[in-house]
Amino acid sequence: MNTMRLTNRAKAVDRRPMTFLESLYLWSIAKGMFTTLKHLFRKKATIEYPEEKRPFSPVFRGLHVLNRDAEGRENCTACGLCAVACPAEAITMEAAERLPSEAHLYREEKYAAKYEINMLRCIFCGLCEEACPKDAIYLSQTFAPANYARKGFIYKKDELLIPHPIHQREAYEQALGDRKPATKA
Amino acid sequence: MHLLAIDIWFILEKVTLIAVIIGLSFFIAMYTTYAERKVAAWLQDRRGPNRAGPFGLFQPLADGGKLFFKEEIIPLTSNRFLFILGPALAMITALITSTVIPWGASYVDGTTQIALQVADVDMGILIVFGIVSVGVYGIMIGGWSSNNKFSLLAAIRGASQMVSYELPMGLSLIAVLLMTGSLKMSEIVAHQIQHGWHILYQPLGFIIFFVCALAECNRTPFDLPEAENELNFGYHQEYSSMKLGFYLFAEYINMFISSAVMATLFFGGYDIPFVDESAWGLSPLLFSLMSFAVLMAKVLFFLFVFIWIRWTIPRFRYDQLMNLGWKKLIPLSLVNMLITAALTLWLNK
Repeated sequence: MNTMRLTNRAKAVDRRPMTFLESLYLWSIAKGMFTTLKHLFRKKATIEYPEEKRPFSPVFRGLHVLNRDAEGRENCTACGLCAVACPAEAITMEAAERLPSEAHLYREEKYAAKYEINMLRCIFCGLCEEACPKDAIYLSQTFAPANYARKGFIYKKDELLIPHPIHQREAYEQALGDRKPATKA
Repeated sequence: MHLLAIDIWFILEKVTLIAVIIGLSFFIAMYTTYAERKVAAWLQDRRGPNRAGPFGLFQPLADGGKLFFKEEIIPLTSNRFLFILGPALAMITALITSTVIPWGASYVDGTTQIALQVADVDMGILIVFGIVSVGVYGIMIGGWSSNNKFSLLAAIRGASQMVSYELPMGLSLIAVLLMTGSLKMSEIVAHQIQHGWHILYQPLGFIIFFVCALAECNRTPFDLPEAENELNFGYHQEYSSMKLGFYLFAEYINMFISSAVMATLFFGGYDIPFVDESAWGLSPLLFSLMSFAVLMAKVLFFLFVFIWIRWTIPRFRYDQLMNLGWKKLIPLSLVNMLITAALTLWLNK
């Protein structure tokens, strides 16, 4: 026999007929019982979810957030680079021109009147974040909650926008989490 | 003639005892289901039920409540009377066996004497066997009246399994009876307190008895009557609501009672090993309660072993089951019985 040994754990199967004592299975049962007894004292693998959460990896890519600057103006200029970069074609938007009275709402003259991400299409690759020249979109550390209808997975601007940093200070801080984007003033 | 004179205190005492024992059986059976799930989880490195109440302790209540509120379905083609009789019989037989077990040392205070045993009859252990064999009818009737081939097949399996395992069980018991010379449960315990536990003299007899007890209770590795993956659900496949609950519950009560029987027959009943507790001069009430607690500790240990085995050993194939019963256990128990008989004769000469 010159078959190659793949591991050194290979064990020949004993095909001898069982003796009377073996056929009572008592010894093998005792061995098995000891094995399970050892498991009684092992560390449990379960993580009790709602109370206890596993930390995400620092590079985890979750739901998208549309960013605002320090004064609370939307960063997005509706250039469409994110939609172009998106391999899953999950992003659609409509651009609009800023009126003089809206200068406190949008940072630049052009803004996204409509901005939708289909979370069912999205593969959370983060290429939109890479593509964005205005630091307007980034991926947070939460994931999309369950929903009853497909419609609910198409996130509109009001679901994507980060809370206002001045008017909704606390919610803003919470949304930022531990990855504070470098907001340019 | 005092035959017809009714002693009201005697009746009251026994009725209280019966109520306590039945309540206890239900309570223990309830929490055995909880223990089953917990131990199963621990053996598999999980946590088990822990949402209903602290440590999930209300889980059995939730399960029972669920069973009560489930819709009750009686199949049209079933025999209605037998269909209802099945689970009732299973439950009744499971509960009756507890009557002859001595649950603790008698409470003796001056002239009053209260035995912690419902009936200390001369043929004690035979009653247990007699009623356990009637318990087969619960399974058989339930499976048959369901008018479902899987149920019937499971019921037949169950009946033949229980009948064949009763033989080695009885034979291994004879060895014990040869040593004590009495069928009375209280005397079997008294004999063990005097001469040491029977497990010391009858280790083989105990193993045979234990294996047969597993088979009698339809527990893994002998749970062929309810082999979920071969027979859908076994003999209670057509049952729903509390009728199913009765079957499942009767099984756990059977487990509890057979644990108590094993503790009584082989592990000295309510005796504490290595010490003579009757010489401690405890108050009679404390003494009785302590002996009861000792028996319960043994019973709980056996219940744990039952569960432990269930989550360790896979189910036997049906031919293996019959082989083990008829070709291995019966000859072994016969040999055990003959050796015991010879030794008893020789030593008593």
